[in-house]
Amino acid sequence: MSEREPIPSPEAFRDEVVKSYSGKVAKKRAKHILVNDPEVPAEIEANVRTIPGIISQRGCCYAGCKGVVMGPIKDMVHIVHGPIGCSYYAWLSRRNQAATGDGIANFIHYAFSTDMQEEDIVFGGEKKLAQACREAYALLKPTAIGLYSTCPVGLIGDDVHAVARQMKEELGINVFGFSCEGYKGVSQSAGHHIANNGLFKNVVGENDTPVDHPFSINLLGEYNIGGDAFEIERILDLCGIHLVATFSGNVKYDDIAQSHNAKLNVVMCHRSINYMAEMMESKFGIPWFKVNFIGADSTAKSLRKIAEYFGNEDLTARVEEVIADELAKVVSVRADVASRLSGKTAMLFVGGSRAHHYQDLFSEVGMTSVAAGYEFAHRDDYEGRRVLPSIKVDADTRNIEELHITADDTRYAPRRTPEEIAAAEKRGFNWRDYDGMMSQMKKGTLVIDDISHFEMEKLIATYKPDIFCSGIKDKYVVEKMGVPCKQLHSYDYGGPYAGFIGATNFYQEIDRMIGKRISKLITPPWKKQSA
Amino acid sequence: MLDSTPSTVADRVALKINPAKTCQPVGAVYAALGVHGCLPHSHGSQGCCAYHRSHLTRHFKEPVMASTSSFTEGSSVFGGMANLTQAFSTIFEMYDPDIVAVHTTCLSEVIGDDIPTIISKAREEGRIPEGKVVVHCNTPSFVGSHVTGFSAMVKGFVKYLSENTGTRSTAINILPGWVEPSDMTELKRMVAAFGLPSIMLPDTSSVLDAPATGEHAFFPKGGTTLPEIKAMGDAKATLSLGTWASLEAATLLETSCGVPFQELDLPIGLAATDRFIESLRGLAGVDVPAQIEDERGRLVDVISDMHQYLSGRKVAIYGDPDHVIALTEFCRDMDMKPVHVLTGSVGNAFETRIKDLLADSVPDANVKAQGDLFLLHQWIKNEPVDLLLGTTYGKFIGRAEDIPLVRVGWPILDRVGHSYFPTVGYLGSLRLAVEIISAIQERQDRDAPDHAFELVL
Repeated sequence: MSEREPIPSPEAFRDEVVKSYSGKVAKKRAKHILVNDPEVPAEIEANVRTIPGIISQRGCCYAGCKGVVMGPIKDMVHIVHGPIGCSYYAWLSRRNQAATGDGIANFIHYAFSTDMQEEDIVFGGEKKLAQACREAYALLKPTAIGLYSTCPVGLIGDDVHAVARQMKEELGINVFGFSCEGYKGVSQSAGHHIANNGLFKNVVGENDTPVDHPFSINLLGEYNIGGDAFEIERILDLCGIHLVATFSGNVKYDDIAQSHNAKLNVVMCHRSINYMAEMMESKFGIPWFKVNFIGADSTAKSLRKIAEYFGNEDLTARVEEVIADELAKVVSVRADVASRLSGKTAMLFVGGSRAHHYQDLFSEVGMTSVAAGYEFAHRDDYEGRRVLPSIKVDADTRNIEELHITADDTRYAPRRTPEEIAAAEKRGFNWRDYDGMMSQMKKGTLVIDDISHFEMEKLIATYKPDIFCSGIKDKYVVEKMGVPCKQLHSYDYGGPYAGFIGATNFYQEIDRMIGKRISKLITPPWKKQSA
Repeated sequence: MLDSTPSTVADRVALKINPAKTCQPVGAVYAALGVHGCLPHSHGSQGCCAYHRSHLTRHFKEPVMASTSSFTEGSSVFGGMANLTQAFSTIFEMYDPDIVAVHTTCLSEVIGDDIPTIISKAREEGRIPEGKVVVHCNTPSFVGSHVTGFSAMVKGFVKYLSENTGTRSTAINILPGWVEPSDMTELKRMVAAFGLPSIMLPDTSSVLDAPATGEHAFFPKGGTTLPEIKAMGDAKATLSLGTWASLEAATLLETSCGVPFQELDLPIGLAATDRFIESLRGLAGVDVPAQIEDERGRLVDVISDMHQYLSGRKVAIYGDPDHVIALTEFCRDMDMKPVHVLTGSVGNAFETRIKDLLADSVPDANVKAQGDLFLLHQWIKNEPVDLLLGTTYGKFIGRAEDIPLVRVGWPILDRVGHSYFPTVGYLGSLRLAVEIISAIQERQDRDAPDHAFELVL
């Protein structure tokens, strides 16, 4: 075994990476790579175009809209208007699970497409789309139908919204469209925003049946990958907190239609769903705050905050009881795993919230996150919402519709008075806030936005982290380099990792990955002898 | 599972449900990965490239490198020239490939980007360094399927690179079709057994079955080399395996370089492998090596010995046309009954060929090109089968109807092995036959009452 080179400082690493690029590219990438100072998070460039030719983790607007936010709504038929690939690839690949056997239709295992052919491109595909709606309705009688535009649809001028209106009239169910062509915005992020807008305009508030429960909440930005939402549901249930709708894991259309009657919105994935929280507060008066159910301590903290919001003694007592019960089961596993993993290092490059949330799980077993970054987040996810007013709105963002919401004439009912809000704030209760990733990361760690393949390889080769967290496209590159790679999009087909049971699962999973015997057997004996 | 699927088949003209195909570009990526030092490049939105890399990675559990033009709304309005020229600069600076294989997407096709013009402009501007190669093919997603895209990329390599220098070599070209790295290795072994020098295009062996060494090779050691692709124009013959995936490139080699070709099925199963071996025998002018004949004999032996488990078993076969045709013939020759045969890809020729294969044994089989798995499931509800033969996507039907599935074709997302152990040739067919027999025997064991649970099968 050769001796390891002296480890360069993060500053030196950054300079060396930037130097590898030429002129314009170097200048651009330099703004995406920072050495962190949690006290004064520096300004990072985020949510801007990826330079063509750079091998990026990013996907497209359609993936963010249909794939992430809308796809999990289980009793809707989601018809993808376009050539077949877009529907095909978003079919079961994200692992958003939905319960069956509850008498509610579940179309999660189905993929629907207009499979546009050349003649549809030449002569327009609106008639085919309308016919596809009729066929879907005749066969499956879904609660509602969503129509999703792919790249060519915008270019040939098919009006999915007009088709939606016509079909809503004709079929008598809710039908609505999304202009989420893949080329819009700079990543999946644009698609999240478009999905939020569409859901808000077309579904939220459609069912005015009151929610008769003192502690009713919506969980925003939880997509039930690997059963995370099931675990959160279990915990909320134990606490006596009523979940009206999850946006959008394990959810049915009607839950979302009724969600405006909940008393509180809590936000998991800030990046993909903050728009919804803001709009529901403006229109219906539902306050929101950020929670995190990734990590056992984070889960406890989030539950306590919900209890504090409701300010009910019984609820608070119940929540404390649940936390005590559940943590008791977690701590012995945690201590055992930490005895092996403490002091080890992790790197996380994924998504718009997980690269932050999962740092809690690593720190619970004594590991340090030495480098992290998002695939498609914005500055506020790094630096905190305090920077929102100073974010430049560029042309790519301007092209995504921003809804201007006012209070609903009849249904606006502030759950807390301005005085109550202010009083809570005084006690240190953070409303509608998110501090972002950087304030939590240690000084001198690396923060890299929209990491390129080149940067990823360099980072791993230089620092040899004990584990790297990313997605499927990176997974086997990292593994080939002899470093275990945990997929934080698909969870490597495991999970849940949310809540208390999830935390235990994750500790054990990381323990397994870092400890795996085969990693020590990569070099054949004859190569060791000759060295 | 799939509880909403009704058994009554209603005509659908607009709605595809649970497709049995995907779009062209992923095929172009797979083909380009089989060329040494080649970086596939997707000229379109980022999502296309991300989806294709993801799906190929899920199938192979291996790194899949490809770049994208990262279109934005602006590029969709003004055209993608600026994106592609920038991409060339970035790619050669950062990844230094020998060759970049550009394929289009529905977006760049609708815009009408002229790729050859962009390539020559980029070359004039010095964005493509001296000695580096860029090829392209058109893969509009609204035409054909992933198989068409594979075929287009293979043809693209031939079009740009193969040359007849006025001489004829003793080598033969093998166009293996869309098969696994393991299959390509096996095909090369069989050809070599005849003493025939050969060039295979593409060749993903030692690319998508790379060993763990502690290092990631951005360009793995395998893949057809540029001099080899060039030399294909001088070959004495081409064997085109799989009409859908290979015939176009074979035809072009004949028309542009004068290399005659033989059109063959994928050599999966006894009869299709026999035809492949006959071709090799003819081209090599030698007897079939004893070792190959023994392999054939073993396959025949196992099928004959295990005939009782195969005979009369109803099977539904679905997937890509080249695979499905070979599998249908193989199942027929084992006296199984392929009662439902479906591909998502286009082609009346597919239906004709399948009906022809089954004319004697299953004359009333359900056969369809451009079908989908929703329809296949409905067929199965009306006429149940003992076995599903096809891609991973069939597992949901298998669970819904309690039918075992033997995975074959692309993609296989939930098992490993396909990239290491072939299904082509006599050995590969033996492996496949064993999997089929085992699946049926497992089911028999599972369903047997205690008194009939046998020690020996």
